[in-house]
Formats: sequence, C-alpha cells, structure tokens
Amino acid sequence: MNTWLAQHAAALRDALSRLAGAPLAALANVVVIALALSLPLALYVLINNLQSLAGHFDPVPQISIFLDVNADAGAAGAIESRLKQHAGVANYRFVSREQALTDLAGRVQFGDLLAELPRNPLPDAFVVTPAHIAPAALEALRAEAAHWDGVALVQLDSAWAQRLDAGLRFARLSAWLLAGLLAAVVVAAIINTLRLQILTRREEIEIAQLIGATRAWLRRPLLYFGAAQGLLGGLLAWALATGAILLLDQALADLLRLYALEFRLAPPTVVEGICAAAAAALLGWLGAWLSALLHLR
Amino acid sequence: MIKLDSVSKRYGAFEALKNVSLEIGDGEFVVIAGHSGAGKSTLLKLIAALEPASQGSILVNGQNLAALRPAALPYLRRRFGLVFQDHKLLFDRNAFDNVMLPLAIAGFPHREAEKRARAALDKVGLLARERAMPVALSGGEQQRLCIARAVVSRPAFLLADEPTGNLDAGAAADIIAIFRAFHEVGVTVVVATHDAALCAGGRTIRLAHGAVCP
Repeated sequence: MNTWLAQHAAALRDALSRLAGAPLAALANVVVIALALSLPLALYVLINNLQSLAGHFDPVPQISIFLDVNADAGAAGAIESRLKQHAGVANYRFVSREQALTDLAGRVQFGDLLAELPRNPLPDAFVVTPAHIAPAALEALRAEAAHWDGVALVQLDSAWAQRLDAGLRFARLSAWLLAGLLAAVVVAAIINTLRLQILTRREEIEIAQLIGATRAWLRRPLLYFGAAQGLLGGLLAWALATGAILLLDQALADLLRLYALEFRLAPPTVVEGICAAAAAALLGWLGAWLSALLHLR
Repeated sequence: MIKLDSVSKRYGAFEALKNVSLEIGDGEFVVIAGHSGAGKSTLLKLIAALEPASQGSILVNGQNLAALRPAALPYLRRRFGLVFQDHKLLFDRNAFDNVMLPLAIAGFPHREAEKRARAALDKVGLLARERAMPVALSGGEQQRLCIARAVVSRPAFLLADEPTGNLDAGAAADIIAIFRAFHEVGVTVVVATHDAALCAGGRTIRLAHGAVCP
C-alpha cells in the first residue's frame, strides 16, 4: 500500500515537473481545453437559467373557461356540475368576475384606470386542472367545454410554458451534443500533446523498459500529466463561463429594465464548476490513456 | 541457472544465432567471446528477454521465457543487471538519480532506496561523484555508473555486453575487477567481449557466425 502510494506520488511529482518544465506549451494546451469546454458550459448554464424562468410557472397546464359576460348564475351552476362529474377534470376553481377585477386591480399599476370603467368588463371564469396532460386530452377537453352553454372562450394556459419547456429540452440536447464534440477535441489535443511527450522521452522510456519498467509504471506519469492539464483547463473554462455570464447578465439586465422586467442570470454554481473541472480532468486522463495505448511500445 | 536448448534467432533472412545450446550455472563467471557480429549481443538480449528467440527454448531458473505473458517480462528483467557498451545512462539527471531509477521502478521505499543507491555507487567508487551529471564523467566512470545501476537492485545475474569496448586498458581492468568482486559474493556474471584475454580465468564460450565453437 505504501509502495503503491509512493509510486503514485512519484508519478504525480514527475507529471507536475513536466508541466512546470514547459509552462508555455502547457499553458497553450490548457487554454485550448478551456476554450473548448467554456462554450458548452456557458450554454448549459444559460439554459438552466431559462429553465428556472419557466419553472416560475406551473408546469401542469391549466384550462381557463371564460363565461359569457352576460351569462347568469344558472349557466355557471350548470357548468360547475358538469365539471364536478367530468372524468377528465382533476379539480377546478371558480373565479367570480368581482374577484377577478379585485385581483387585477391589485396586480397592475393601472388600478386607477380600472376604477374609471363604467362597469366590470371581466367575465366569470373556471380554472380547471385537467386529469390528463397529454396534448390530445387537453385539446379534447378544450373543444368540449367550448360548446357548453354560456361559455365564451376556453383557453389552454401554460401552453407557452410547454413550448418553452420543449424548446429548452431541444436546446439542452444541442448543448450536450456540442459538449460531446468539443470533448472529443479535448481528448484529441491531449493525445497529441502526450504523443510529443512520449517522443521526446523515447530514450528514457526505452532505458526504463530495459531495466524492468512495466507499462503501468511508464503510463502513470502520463495519466497524471493529462489529468492535470484537463483539470487546469476545466477550472479556466469555469472562470471563462462565469465571466461571460456575468457580462451577459449586466447587458441583459439593462435591456430588460427598458421593459420594466427583472431577471438576473446566475453564473455556474460551485457544484457545476467542480463537475466541469472533474469532467475535464477525466477527459485529460482518457486522452493520456489512449495516447499511451497508441504510442507507448 | 540459465539453459538454452537449440536456440536460433533470425532477423529477416539473417541468422544471428544458429542452434545454440548452453548452460550457465548459478554463481558462474562466464565469458562469451567472439568477433563482432558473432552473435554475442543477440545471445545476451535473448537471455534477458529483451527479444524473443525464433526457435528453441530458454529457461531462466526453470522458467521458459517463451511461455511468459508479455506483462510478466518486466518482472523477469528485474532479475538481470544489464551493462551496456554505450552505458544507456539518462543524461538529464545526475549519477545518484540514474542509480535510483531501477529502485523507483521496483517501488522501493524512498529511504531504503537512497541507502542502496549510495552503497552501489560506493562499490564502483563513484560515491564522491553522486551529484555529477553523466556528461561530466569520463568513459570509465560512465561505465562504472552503468554497473552501479545494474547491481543496485541486487540481481542474481549480471549481463554485460562489451563493457570495456570503449575504454583504455586501465579503465577496462577496473571494470573487470568490479565484475570479479560481484562474482565473489555469488552473483552469476556473463560478460560478452571480443577481448577474452581481459577476463582470463572464467569459463569461456566461443561464438563464431552465430554458432558455439566446440
């Protein structure tokens, strides 16, 4: 166990001294890795930000049934009893026109304007939570309710939230594909760097093999070297993504302020940053391993 | 104990060793003599499992080299101390670190490895020069450093390929004296040389054109 630890410590020392021995070459490689990884990382974090925006809204769609403004209480009662018995309805809530006006007056700045209106323009409404959220079931329920007496309009709420959600899923998949491609770039860069390392140390490797070095012993410092470069690249990618998102956040906040909206972008969390750095280290390790497999004979 | 039975080695059409059979007992001092191109180096390479034989079997302490998995070869090589005509030193590290290399490969604890490395340097008379870089050493000193590296992990066999090839008579005599000292403490020594007179007293196996002379 001690021997094992000592050999790993020696390999790590060797790898770090190689990095320190050629700092410019190492830096160039680290920057390549960082640039390749910062793009998917920043994209991923942006998508998560938009996701959290969508998450402010109920992901379960709701159906709003607006009654005719002139409908009487009898029509509302008939609709309520239909909803109570309907298999496709999980639950419902009645919003009277008076309550709707009060809500609206409290929510927007133009409460004064509402007070100017000669009469309440808002209809009675039912907010229905459907039992089934499949698009076909929702559409069937909407179409059915539209034909009921006294119903003026049936609206599928949160349809836009579903669209946003689907769009985000598409964007996230794209980000993962991009991450996969760029991960391959990182692995290729490491394979090439390590190939050069192996070539410049050809003589040393041959001598070590003559006196009984195993493949694992020769490979170990290379693996640490690749992993260390990946780790540094991942940390730099984290810093770049954080910087980019903070810049974007300021610009976006300025833009949204013009629309009286408030939304702030969150930079990558510490966990996300550490995961990115760990993934980069793993890619470096993988590249080094492949390079050793290809070039270490 | 090293035993070769009808061993041949071909490089393409060229037959470097032809049907060689021989035995080297434990604790022997054996000189492989012959002109350059007689197959001395090839013979040593086959014994140390640096290259496989084309035909025949080689047993080292009863182990058939041809039957070993490739992954087991490094461990077999650690039983041999190898001395090369061109030394094969690492020129980017000092004498002490060169001698430490086999111990690092074998995974010796650092403190014990340092003690052993100093003992090996002492035996070849280089203890005072442990911080010197190989380029700063004379040819004879470089060869002694190579010997220190070969014996530092206390191998049972010491194989030397033309160890005195590039040395003047005085330095060559020093090297042979060191080999004799190791032989006296029980190490099996095999020296390949074109100058058998240097090693008078040991058993001599003569090679010519890849075959053992009767």
